[in-house]
Amino acid sequence: MKLELRGITKRFGALVANDHIDLTVNPGEILGLLGENGAGKSTLMNVLYGLYQADEGEILLDNEVQHFSGPGDAMHAGIGMVHQHFMLIPVFTVAENVMLGHEQTGFAGRLDVAAARAQVRKISEAFGFDLDPDAIVGDLPVGVQQRVEIIKALSRDAKVLVFDEPTAVLTPQETDELMTIMRQLKQGGTSIVFITHKLREVRAVADRISVIRLGKVVGEAEPTATNTELASLMVGRAVELTVQKGPAKTRGRAFAVENLSVVDARDQVVVDRVSFDVRAGEILAIAGVQGNGQTELTEAIMGLQERVSGSITLDGQSLRHLSVQKVLDAGVGFIPEDRTEDGVVSEFTIAENLMLDRSYSKPFVKAGSLQRNYLAAFAEEKIAEFDIRAQSIDTHAGRLSGGNQQKVVLARELSRDLRLFVAAQPTRGLDVGSIEFVHERIIATRDAGIPVIVVSTELDEVVALADRIAVMYGGRIVGIVPGDTPRDVLGLMMAGEAPEQGAAA
Amino acid sequence: MTDTAQRTPAAPHKDINTGPVQRSWKAPIALGVFALLAVILFMGFGRAGESTLTLSARADSIQLVPLVLPTLATCYIIAAVLVAIAVAATLMVRRGTRVPLWLTTVFSILLLLGFLVWASAGANLPIPGLLAGSLGLAVPLIFGALGGVISERVGVVNIAIEGQLLAGAFSSALVASVTGSPIIGLVAAMVSGVLVSFVLAAFAIKYVVDQVIVGVVLNVLVSGLTGFLFSQLLSPNSDALNSPPRFNEIAIPLLSEIPIIGHVFFRQTLIVYLMYLAVACVYVGLFHTKWGLRLRAVGEHPQAADTVGINVGSTRFWNVSLAGAIAGLGGAFFTLGSVGAFGKDMTAGAGFIALAAVIFGRWDPIRATLAALLFGFASNLQGVLNIIGSPVPSEFMLMLPYLVTIFAVAGLVGKSRPPAASGKPYIKS
Repeated sequence: MKLELRGITKRFGALVANDHIDLTVNPGEILGLLGENGAGKSTLMNVLYGLYQADEGEILLDNEVQHFSGPGDAMHAGIGMVHQHFMLIPVFTVAENVMLGHEQTGFAGRLDVAAARAQVRKISEAFGFDLDPDAIVGDLPVGVQQRVEIIKALSRDAKVLVFDEPTAVLTPQETDELMTIMRQLKQGGTSIVFITHKLREVRAVADRISVIRLGKVVGEAEPTATNTELASLMVGRAVELTVQKGPAKTRGRAFAVENLSVVDARDQVVVDRVSFDVRAGEILAIAGVQGNGQTELTEAIMGLQERVSGSITLDGQSLRHLSVQKVLDAGVGFIPEDRTEDGVVSEFTIAENLMLDRSYSKPFVKAGSLQRNYLAAFAEEKIAEFDIRAQSIDTHAGRLSGGNQQKVVLARELSRDLRLFVAAQPTRGLDVGSIEFVHERIIATRDAGIPVIVVSTELDEVVALADRIAVMYGGRIVGIVPGDTPRDVLGLMMAGEAPEQGAAA
Repeated sequence: MTDTAQRTPAAPHKDINTGPVQRSWKAPIALGVFALLAVILFMGFGRAGESTLTLSARADSIQLVPLVLPTLATCYIIAAVLVAIAVAATLMVRRGTRVPLWLTTVFSILLLLGFLVWASAGANLPIPGLLAGSLGLAVPLIFGALGGVISERVGVVNIAIEGQLLAGAFSSALVASVTGSPIIGLVAAMVSGVLVSFVLAAFAIKYVVDQVIVGVVLNVLVSGLTGFLFSQLLSPNSDALNSPPRFNEIAIPLLSEIPIIGHVFFRQTLIVYLMYLAVACVYVGLFHTKWGLRLRAVGEHPQAADTVGINVGSTRFWNVSLAGAIAGLGGAFFTLGSVGAFGKDMTAGAGFIALAAVIFGRWDPIRATLAALLFGFASNLQGVLNIIGSPVPSEFMLMLPYLVTIFAVAGLVGKSRPPAASGKPYIKS
């Protein structure tokens, strides 16, 4: 089915998320839709899927104008979507998830689960998936959940399939498998829109590439275009894709974790006997697919987890069982992975956010009262130093872009005397410019002789920053390897395979 | 509660390093405490004499011989068995196995039996009467809990069960008195339950007001409104407006002749039979029909439901209304099934107990029904023991149903997981 978008415009108040966007996807073609976070890709696809109504423009399928008042209409017309955040009900089985919304029923509305199972099996077999229709979706690995999403779309005879950032949660190997599936679908005549911000992937699989920036289509490119060309189109200026980083000058073991285990509220062992150390002046990157215990590991270091065993020592001082306050006092800086939830208080001003972790004593508080003047001067200084783009220090953090919010967090954490810096997903969802900035600051911190731990699910980031890489899988550290380890080795490790002998660092 | 129990001695730290097995000491600790209480009560305050447990009602065609037990000896034996079970449970957990459910069940039944024997020393305890009374007290709880299950499963916290029960009780009394037909009274109860739901649904779904607050306000509103109408309208004209005809008991042939339980379950009014039907329908409906699948989808992950073309708002609205209708029926039982007239605030917190039954029953209609039956039993036990003259002060016994509720919800629920989107409004961006 041929999909055509003509002049799609979508506004949210004063913000124009999509500005007269034109796109065409032909049957049996994969269109790569490339753009930074916040460029308007997801908004466009939500318009296509009927979740949003366009303010202007029209959607055509096989040259016929469509009117979608909801996702139901779009699905009916043959549009399927594999959402970035899976639209699956975790407590339902695969079959129940696939049948939801177009259930086949028997007597008195009784569900025909057998029919749904058969459908799941049929589609699974066509693509070589090994999928149990009666498995509970929440128990499946994310890569498999994504296949359920694909089956869900195909079970509705989708002729146009939209993949919204599908590789964000996958290991490199799973990504390769997904690309094989996409090519299979393409051969079957399905039109595919592949939304991503990852250059390598779009070049590998797309037939054509459209680049979108600030809500507008800014250019078309062939898959043969280089990364640099695509990146500069995407960002709108020449971009340095590699981070400038000298060799690490390490000075002995500073931070060590031994046999650390964490049990979560559901009695699951989420971090399982993890041991590593970080030397002063080096970056240890903790790689791995989301949800393999990285979050809990950083939280355990920060004192945010309750049921922790093993030891955590910083310069000979034990951090285990210390309160968060004491951990901070020991000189640990922390960038939490969820910026808006844990990094800043959206309703507080930039200035207030900058003093959040020192709200109890001098210099910000004297005799129980806030030192407003000192805070203002401090905030002005940090805004300049960290290039935080905001109207004033009294702007609410919630009104800042992701990049500027992260700079606020970074400014707060780096303006203390640090003895350890822990950055969890420091560039998630940021634009390229902010990513460069954050990376530079992290390396500067390293070069100041501070041990740095960077937790990231983005392999690019891991490779760019790390002096050594620890890969986590299923709560354990699969192995610790040098920073220049090839990607395919890291990819296998992210899937749980231990590195070959001799690769350990 | 969960956490404290698990952080007791020998808990996680040591275990993690030997493997990912987590031991829960909750069961042995609970069993141990109760066994200790039983020993103190049965032995420390042992009572001499004989306990008579009557097993048949006078109307039963098959008469069973009453069970006559020597109080002290029976209590001693039961206490010993309870201690043995608690020790066994401790050993099991130490070996790393879970305490099986049947063991806990046997323990609870023995504990209850021991208590009944102890309390009825030198007296006669009619078991069928005890059970029938329990069911009577449980009926409105079950209807309320079913309403709660539906409402929470679709994603709206229903604190207003109390209000729905009360509205149902009031309007069924009024309408049945005026029309002279208890059936029309039932319909009126459902309608008024739905009306309360409409307000809840409109504020919670359309205007995204905090659902708990709307629910609480509705309870106060219904209480005030019915109280006002009762004193101004019903009380002065109680012959015309507050003397509804009651449903007659219908005995189901054969089934009602089963010893002990036949009389309890199958010689009942229409409302009770409706309740059986409602429990079955809600259970089958929730888990085996399109209606239930969509309802649960909306309560778990509304956005996912939306993306497959399910209208989240209207699904929530109509199911919350349905929940109101069911809870309204429970209200009708107060006036048309048991008491026979409306009284101010006559539901007396039954809606909140029903809510507890929903949680205790882990949002499952069958389990919630069982929980409601347990609460009904606890309430009735208090009344019966008071009548046969138990040594426990009646004021203390009045706490029993609420104590059971608190223990049930706090301690025994375990790892219950409410529907993921319950209480969270769905805002389409």
